[in-house]
Amino acid sequence: MQRNPQLDANGELQHLLSIEGLPREILLKILDTAESFAGVTERDIKKVPLLRGKSVFNLFFEGSTRTRTTFEIAAKRLSADVINLNVAVSSTSKGESLLDTVANLSAMQADIFVVRHASSGAPFLVARHVKPHEHVINAGDGRHAHPTQGLLDLYTIRHYKKDFGALTVAIVGDVLHSRVARSLIHGLTTLGVPEVRVIGPQTLIPPGAAALGVRVFHTMPEGLKSADVVVMLRLQNERMSGSLLPSAQEFNKHYGLSAEKLALAKPDAIVMHPGPINRGVEIDSAVADGPHSVILPQVTFGIAVRMAVMSMIAGGG
Amino acid sequence: MKLLIKGGRVVDPASGRDALGDVFVADGRIAQPAGTPDRTIDARGLVVAPGFIDLAARLREPGYEHKATLESEMDAAVAGGVTSLACPPDTDPPLDEPGLVDMLRRRAKALSRARVYPVGALTVKLEGKHLTEMAELAEAGCVAFSQANATVADTQVLWRALQYAATFGLPVWLRAEDAWLAKGGVAHDGEVATRLGLPGIPAFAETIALAQLFELVRATGARAHVCRISSAAGVTMLRRAKHDGLPLTCDVGIHHLHLSDMDLGYFDSHCRLEPPLRSQRDREALAAALADGTIDCAVSDHTPVDEDQKLLPFAEAEPGATGLELLLPLALKWGMERKLTLAQTLARITSEPARILGVPSGRIEPGAPADLALFDPQAAWRVTPAALKSQGKNTPFLGLELVGRVRATLVAGNVVYQA
Repeated sequence: MQRNPQLDANGELQHLLSIEGLPREILLKILDTAESFAGVTERDIKKVPLLRGKSVFNLFFEGSTRTRTTFEIAAKRLSADVINLNVAVSSTSKGESLLDTVANLSAMQADIFVVRHASSGAPFLVARHVKPHEHVINAGDGRHAHPTQGLLDLYTIRHYKKDFGALTVAIVGDVLHSRVARSLIHGLTTLGVPEVRVIGPQTLIPPGAAALGVRVFHTMPEGLKSADVVVMLRLQNERMSGSLLPSAQEFNKHYGLSAEKLALAKPDAIVMHPGPINRGVEIDSAVADGPHSVILPQVTFGIAVRMAVMSMIAGGG
Repeated sequence: MKLLIKGGRVVDPASGRDALGDVFVADGRIAQPAGTPDRTIDARGLVVAPGFIDLAARLREPGYEHKATLESEMDAAVAGGVTSLACPPDTDPPLDEPGLVDMLRRRAKALSRARVYPVGALTVKLEGKHLTEMAELAEAGCVAFSQANATVADTQVLWRALQYAATFGLPVWLRAEDAWLAKGGVAHDGEVATRLGLPGIPAFAETIALAQLFELVRATGARAHVCRISSAAGVTMLRRAKHDGLPLTCDVGIHHLHLSDMDLGYFDSHCRLEPPLRSQRDREALAAALADGTIDCAVSDHTPVDEDQKLLPFAEAEPGATGLELLLPLALKWGMERKLTLAQTLARITSEPARILGVPSGRIEPGAPADLALFDPQAAWRVTPAALKSQGKNTPFLGLELVGRVRATLVAGNVVYQA
C-alpha cells in the first residue's frame, strides 16, 4: 500500500484529502489553529497576512455555492488571491480531462487547489499529479470524503462539549451517500469518541458500516437514546422516492428529527446539519431553529477551520 | 523442417511428465526423433512446456486500435509464451457477424504468431436482445459464444440463447453477474468500498446469476463455461453444481488470484477490474478452487487500456488490466503459494484450457502441434512499461518484481519469439 498521500516525508500535512489516516495530533492542531483564527473573524479588520501573494484556485467540478463561498472567504481572510472556476460548466463540457484542467491552472502559478468532484477519489488523482509546492484540499469527492466539513463538525462538537472522551454521537439519515458522515466518523473515532452511531433504514446504511467503528441502529428511539450530539444528514431530492425510500413523508415520520424525537437524546444535546437543510424532511423547523440547534454556528466555524487548513499546508510553517 | 529442442526440463502437464530431455519437432508437430534436425535449440536451464492457452485476451481490433493493435498484442502474446488465445467479442463493432470474424482470423493468421480463436457475440451488438447467427459464426470460426462483460438482463433471451446454442452443440461462455445488482457499481460491496465511498457490486450479484445460469443449463443442456468467477460463495455453488453433474467449466482471472479490494489503496485505477477485486477471503477461495479443480483454468483477461483512460477518478477509469505477459509469472506465483508441482501449475494454462477449447494443443506428445514455450522459471524481472510488449501498460503489478520469463515461443514448430 502506498504512503498516505496527504502527509509529506516529515509527517506534516501536504494536502488535505481525507480525515482517514490523519494522526490525532494533526487533527487537534487543526482545531487549535482554527480556534486562534476564530478571533480574527470577529475583528473589524478580518485579515491576517499568512497567505499574502499565494493563489487559491477553487475548482468546483460539482456545483456548491456555500462550500465554495466559505473557502473563498477563508482564503481572502488569509490575504490570498482567490480564483473561482466553475468547471462544471466550462472546460469539462468541452471535453477537457480533470488532469488537463489542473495542469493548465498549474501553469498559472497556483498554490492551493480546492477541489470538489462528483467522483470519489478525484482529489487523490489531482494530488498525485500536482507540483511539489502545490497543495490540494478536498472540498468533497463523491461519497468518499468532505474533510473540512468533518473538521468543522469536530470543531463545533469540541466548542460545545469540550471533551471528546465521553460522548455519544448519533449520525442520522443517508449515510450510504454521505461524504460528510464518512469524514466525521473517521474524525470522531480518531479523537477517541467512545460511541459513534449511525441511524437509518437499511437502504441508506452501507454494508461495511460497522467496520468504520460505528454502531448501526435502524430506529430513532434506540439510536438517539442518551446522545450528546445529533448530526442530521441531508437527504438529496432524487433519493426521496424510488428504490431507496418510498417517500419523503415516510422518511420524515421515521427518521426526521422532530422535537419529540430529540427529547430522547440528552437534555443538553446539540443538533448539527451540514446544510443546506430540507425542512420537514430530515429535520423539522422547530428543531432547526430551536435552542439545541448549532447549525448556523457550524457555518461560522467552517471559515476558521478552512483558514486553519490553508495556513497549515501553505503558510510556510 | 526438423527441429531439436535439446536439454531442457520438459514439463507436460497432460501426462504429468517432468524430466530433462529433448523434444523433436517435424512438420510443425511434436514427433519421435527421426533423422537429422535442420536446427537445434539449446534449452539447457529452461523449462520446455506446451505453449500457454489463454481463454480471454482482448486484441482490441476492430475498433479500439488506439488502445492496442493486433500486431502489438500478438507480440505480447508470444512474448508471454501464449500460443493460443480466445478473444472475447467486445470489439467495436462486436464480433456478431461472420465477416468480422473472418477478417479478424485472416489478419491474425497473416501475422503468423499465436493462434487466435474468436469468441462470437451471443446477442447482436452484445445488447442482450436478439440472438446472433451462431451457426454461421461458428462456421466462420467462432469457438464459443459470449457476452464478454455485458450481461443478458432478460432471462427469457438468455434461456433462448442457451437453447439455441445447445441445438448446435455450441459452447456458451458467460460471466455471472446480475445486471441490476451490478448497475453503477465499481468495486466489491464491502468494507473497502464503504470506506472509499465507491458504489459497490455485492457478491450476490454473482451467486444470483450463477443460480439462474445453472437452472438454465439444467433445462437446456447447453455447454456452459463460467468466466471470471470472483467470489467464495460463487465457488461453493459451482462446486455443488459440478458435483451434481452439470456440464460446466469455469475460469478465473489471474489478477483475482493475487489481489483483493485492499489493493485499491488510495483509489488505484489499475485495480479497477471487471469483475471487481473482492475480499481477501474471496481471493483465498478462488486460489484454492483453482488448485482443487473446481475452477478449471486461469486466464489473463488481457485488456490493454490507454493511459488517458486510467488517469481518471477510480469510478470513471476504464476497467481492465494488461495480462498476456503476466500470465506465466502470476500462474507460477500462484502454484508456488499453493505448493503445487510445476506440471500441476502449468496445467491451468495449458492442458485444461485446451480441453475446454477442444483443441489438440496444450500437450507435448507425438502428433500434437509443436506449440511450445521455453521459459526460465527462476528469472526475476521488473514489470515496467518498457518490459511489456503490449501496448497496454495498465497493470496493478507495475513496478513489482515477478519471477518467470519466457525465452522462446514456438507455434507449429516455428520460432515466433526469442528473447
